[in-house]
Amino acid sequence: MHANLRFYLLVILVMGLGVGLILYKHFVLGFPLLPDDKTPVWTIEAKIDFSARGGPVVVSFALPSETPDIVFIKEDFASPDYGFSELTSPSGRRAQWSKRTATGSQIAYYRLSMYETDQITSPTAADLPSEPEKPEFDEVLNTAAITLLDQVRNRSANTEIFTRELITTLNSKVPSQNQSLLLNERSSEDYKTHLIINLLALEGISARIVRGLYLEDGRRRQSLTNFVEVYIGGQWLLFNQNSGVHGKPENFLIWQRGDESLLDVVGGKNSQISFSIIRNLQSTRNLVVHDSMNKQAGIIDFSIYSLPIEQQNAFKIILLLPIGALIVVIMRLLIGIRTSGTFMPILIALALIQTTLLTGIIIFLTVVGTGLLIRSYLSRLNLLFVARISAVIIVVIAIIASISIISNKLGLDQAMTVTFFPMIILSWTIERMSVLWEEDGPREVLIQGGGSLLTAVIAYLFMSNRTVEYLSFNFPELMLVNLAFILLLGQYTGYRLSELYRFHSLERRNVSGKP
Amino acid sequence: MFLASPKKLRSFGIIGMNQRNFGLISRYNPRHLYPLVDDKLKTKLLAQQAGITVPKLLGTLHYQHDVKLLKEILHPYDQFVIKPVKGSGGKGILVITQHDHNLYLKPSGDAIQLADIERHVSNILSGLHSLGGKPDSVMIESLIQLDPVFSGYSYEGIPDIRIIVFRGYPIMAMLRLTTHASDGKANLHQGAVGVGIDIATGEALHAVQYGETVLHHPDTRKTFSELAIPHWDKLLQLAAACYEMTGLGYLGADLVLDRDQGPMIIELNARPGLSIQVANYAGLAPRVAVIEALHAIDPNPQARATFSKKQFSAATNTHAPRLQHTRCDDPR
Repeated sequence: MHANLRFYLLVILVMGLGVGLILYKHFVLGFPLLPDDKTPVWTIEAKIDFSARGGPVVVSFALPSETPDIVFIKEDFASPDYGFSELTSPSGRRAQWSKRTATGSQIAYYRLSMYETDQITSPTAADLPSEPEKPEFDEVLNTAAITLLDQVRNRSANTEIFTRELITTLNSKVPSQNQSLLLNERSSEDYKTHLIINLLALEGISARIVRGLYLEDGRRRQSLTNFVEVYIGGQWLLFNQNSGVHGKPENFLIWQRGDESLLDVVGGKNSQISFSIIRNLQSTRNLVVHDSMNKQAGIIDFSIYSLPIEQQNAFKIILLLPIGALIVVIMRLLIGIRTSGTFMPILIALALIQTTLLTGIIIFLTVVGTGLLIRSYLSRLNLLFVARISAVIIVVIAIIASISIISNKLGLDQAMTVTFFPMIILSWTIERMSVLWEEDGPREVLIQGGGSLLTAVIAYLFMSNRTVEYLSFNFPELMLVNLAFILLLGQYTGYRLSELYRFHSLERRNVSGKP
Repeated sequence: MFLASPKKLRSFGIIGMNQRNFGLISRYNPRHLYPLVDDKLKTKLLAQQAGITVPKLLGTLHYQHDVKLLKEILHPYDQFVIKPVKGSGGKGILVITQHDHNLYLKPSGDAIQLADIERHVSNILSGLHSLGGKPDSVMIESLIQLDPVFSGYSYEGIPDIRIIVFRGYPIMAMLRLTTHASDGKANLHQGAVGVGIDIATGEALHAVQYGETVLHHPDTRKTFSELAIPHWDKLLQLAAACYEMTGLGYLGADLVLDRDQGPMIIELNARPGLSIQVANYAGLAPRVAVIEALHAIDPNPQARATFSKKQFSAATNTHAPRLQHTRCDDPR
């Protein structure tokens, strides 16, 4: 009982560790559980151009900051002959290009590749608003503003609705007199943003400007769009300043928060900034691996991903072996299928992966069949055992060579994959089958050969499954789960399926034999 | 129905392979004792030390160059058996019943030459029949003479008696009869007939071939109903004594009756198969349970055999109605 308890604890521990690691990788690091997941990756290029006056030039440009829901893959800064540094201040990151003297037209580039994740941004504690500064309007405007705010306040129940109402009123198609005073057709977007923020400040509500970029594939010469972020109930809410709609739109990258300038150029004029955007799809796994490597997540840093690609590919196959082992355990302990050689089916299954199923089976049967014929002749030559098995190996290689050559001549490319079969194992199979034939007759050969092939095919079907392959490689922790299952099966003392047949006469006898 | 319901099998106490491996073999058979039974020469030596009769050893071969000596060794004998020392499941056993110049006759009447025997011996030495293909030795034994009581029950071979001994107590027995289909080998897989034997009396209970009930020997047509094994008490004692000899808690003792020398042990098995349950129409589990419930194991093999006779008799068995019915079904 005590030993049993310990055993189950071990199984639960192993299983829990495996499942836990899988869940951690899925939910925290963002590994997708299925291979088909693709994530759109946006590449945004900001182009800054200006004409330099001939003196020292300093260009300071606000950069977007990485948040949990946005992952940066790569950032590039390019501008020939400029010194470059990246500055971090409480209000955000800024890129700074500088040069002692510059004349004429200058260009600086900033390129960012990023993708969005599903994670929700939690408001940071440090992100508290400052007390809104009461704006100073002139007499006329002040009256208009107060009247407008009174109207809006009457129509709204809380701050959120108030903000939305204010924005919709300002944007309404049939402007009232007050509104026209505050905002006319010629006013810029920036003016409108600041107006909204000022009006909210009059009302005692903290708000700030947010500049962001709509991500649309293939767009060029885009500029940033202004949004208003209002501090309501302990968190910042984003409002579209043209529609009053609340919330961050889809595919919208927040570039900069707060009132600092987007671009400062000292020693230049006519500065301009334009954005172009390209979208492409990348497999989510690659992105996650890349990201985790960058973040030095220990579990990834000490994983197979840190190996060179070639070794990684080797592991792709090696990590499939436990799946095959599990199949063999199930087939032997639960089903009761007899195979020739315990793990020979796995090796055949590995070969089948390379050759594809039907070709592989035909090749296997051809090689083993021909081998058995030649082996029956060898047994008449009266050879010592080791010499004979060595002779069989050479025969197998000869058969494989002839299959390759003949199929090549016939133009059957598929049969060329015959070389993937493990030759020593094939030779042993032939030797064992041949002995089995002599001792127990062809029936036993068919049973064990068929059992081996059936197990191999089932193992192949699992091992070649794209999802299984993906999971076993990207979640090596699955091996622990697999191990737990195998440990459990190792204690299975029930009947095998084949025994239900083996002992079926007992049952019948009992039923008819009862008086 | 081709498949039995697992529930029913369990209620009969049928033990499956997994349960055998887990609950009996790995629990009662310490690994370090296996060589005692896997190596037939060691078994033979142990048995001789314990005063148990075994077939006479005519010679052994250990190396490939010994094969040249074969002719010399075999020369004085007309009949002999060649066995791999570490063979399993009756593999690699060659029986010669007649020897005439260069020709050796198998029980089936096929004649082979010395060269064939040499090749066979050479194969054994290379490890063809041994577990894991390890190099092996060859033993040559005297041929067992068929006891007349089995005449008509055996075809081209010697029947052997398999007794399962659990912690020293014989719990189930089966007589294995060679048939034409089994090629003179007493192996149920290959078509030998298994006859369940009443532990109390040594009488036949019920017979199967290929897992199906048979009422008479398929080759000789002789019915099994009046078959009773002589020297039954002696056989049970011999089997029970194997426990002290080897220390294995769950073992299969293979015994034979020799016309001249009486009961003798030919082989012990640390992993005895489960077909014996089919031949007996009874499960091992209830009998294992009876022995497992014992507080102490009687140190005297004879006392243990007596206990088993009383405990596992077909007449007083809990499954008695079924088994008696079986006997009554047999035509007299």
